[in-house]
Amino acid sequence: MTNFSHAQQEQSGSAGKTVTFSSEQGLLTDGGGTIAPLTLAYETYGKLNENKSNAILLCHALTGDQYAAGIHPVTGKTGWWDAMVGPGKPFDTDRYFIICSNVVGGCMGSTGPASINPRSNKPYGLDFPVVTIRDMVRAQSMLIDHLGIDTLFCVAGGSMGGMQVLQWAASYPQRVFSAMPIATAAKHSAQNIAFHEVGRQAVMADPDWRGGRYLEQGVRPEKGLAVARMSAHITYLSEAALQRKFGRKLQDRSAPTFSFDADFQIENYLRYQGLAFVERFDANSYLFVTRACDYFDLAADYGGVLARAFKETKTRFCVVAFDSDWLYPTSDSRSIVHALNAGGASVSFVEIESDKGHDAFLLHEPMFNATTRGFLESAAAARGLRDSRK
Amino acid sequence: MKQDPHNPRLDLDVIADLVTPGSRVLDVGCGDGALLQLLAQTKNVDGRGVELSQSGVNECVAKGLSVIQGDADTDLADYPDDGFDYVILSQTLQATRRPREALRNMLRIGRHAIVSFPNFGHWRVRTQLAIKGRMPVTGNLANSWHDTPNIHLCTIRDFVELVDELGAHIAHGAALDRYGSPIRVNAPWWIWNLMGEQAVFLLERRAPQK
Repeated sequence: MTNFSHAQQEQSGSAGKTVTFSSEQGLLTDGGGTIAPLTLAYETYGKLNENKSNAILLCHALTGDQYAAGIHPVTGKTGWWDAMVGPGKPFDTDRYFIICSNVVGGCMGSTGPASINPRSNKPYGLDFPVVTIRDMVRAQSMLIDHLGIDTLFCVAGGSMGGMQVLQWAASYPQRVFSAMPIATAAKHSAQNIAFHEVGRQAVMADPDWRGGRYLEQGVRPEKGLAVARMSAHITYLSEAALQRKFGRKLQDRSAPTFSFDADFQIENYLRYQGLAFVERFDANSYLFVTRACDYFDLAADYGGVLARAFKETKTRFCVVAFDSDWLYPTSDSRSIVHALNAGGASVSFVEIESDKGHDAFLLHEPMFNATTRGFLESAAAARGLRDSRK
Repeated sequence: MKQDPHNPRLDLDVIADLVTPGSRVLDVGCGDGALLQLLAQTKNVDGRGVELSQSGVNECVAKGLSVIQGDADTDLADYPDDGFDYVILSQTLQATRRPREALRNMLRIGRHAIVSFPNFGHWRVRTQLAIKGRMPVTGNLANSWHDTPNIHLCTIRDFVELVDELGAHIAHGAALDRYGSPIRVNAPWWIWNLMGEQAVFLLERRAPQK
């Protein structure tokens, strides 16, 4: 492992932890760009044990960030995986050292399109290099090096986070003891690219987007980004969940108003989701992270044969799908499982029954909870991690 | 394992005895993972499972077993040759749509195949059909004809014939009585076929003829 410490700046405070890799150590992207200097914002939970064998890297999804658990300092809400991360929870912070970093291209402290481009001293905007899932993972590996960790006990994440998990297992098999790709796919489907394109076009159609240079002009394409979020949010739910939660119920009124007000509760809900989202997310970042997902096709890097990505892997896998998830359907997970099986990998696969759609992986699902706990406990036993509570 | 005359899965102990310690095992139709757990505990095997029912898979994974949701009929084809030392199909052969294909795949994936199944040639089964003229319902075959998952029942003789057709070699065979104990007498096939309620076979690919 390379020792970068002489050129890294570590900051820690109320704004969370960051590490900055100097200009010489920047990130060369798959697209041929360079991101330097590179700052990664991250959070940690729990304690790293003496032989550094209990570290778990959590990879966040499209619009997630490093605040996986506890109260989010920006939104004031609980972290995206608070249901799963904490003392006594499946990702038990009494037992494991949990790391979660904001992806490169993100907007919660890691270098992204809203960061200052050292060449122009203005925000990068669209001059930010298009990043891939592999670039995100490469950046994370720099962070893991920086933390002095050789092998991660587990890498886990859902959706875009699950893609990063698969990429980790393929790129750094020796460094990943166990892996949980959840509600994800080894390649982004045409349908998923299509939904992302709708979102991006909504952002770009907003006059306040200004060709991506809105930050310099003191405006933000809030309407476009909100529409992008609204359409994406529908894909995270299921018809059954929408029906159960909203049906055709009206919002604070007893009859339709014969107007384009948000008569229906579902309209009101989506508008709220859109508005809440623009407060915490940068529009250009949204373009870049959705693009990273679109470009993801793990098999393509291995001659079109996914099994080759996991050849002779020693990593223990637990693949999880949710039956009502139509964005990353169970068949996507099955392809991953088939590839792992063909490579003789140790793999478990569970399809969890839930009517909550793609978002189910973020919510409290008892069977998902039990699966994660069981998988991590058996991996911990194989890794020789002792349960300090026993 | 306790021998319970009401538990039709008494073949598990017998199967476990056939497995070499430390080997790689694939249990097809592993249910709640009882056999895989037994093998992990007593034989230190590197075990994997395939199970159709979601509840079974969930139970297995929560126990820390490496099990995937899948089906002997469709999912065995995806496994590479020689991936395992033993491929086990216990009390599941008769529920597959294509038992012959399942067996062929098992012998391709594993160096050995272990198969256990309820014997339809048992005298009690024969009697019910011959005397009463009814589809047999016994301890091992507890479902009535219209809701049984067992769509391809066979007798010990039928099975031996299929193994022969597939060009495999029977390394070990045992008929079990209703309590799951092997019938120890060295009897000819027709006796086993009459007296065994279940059967367990250890198969090997036949060595190429010289």
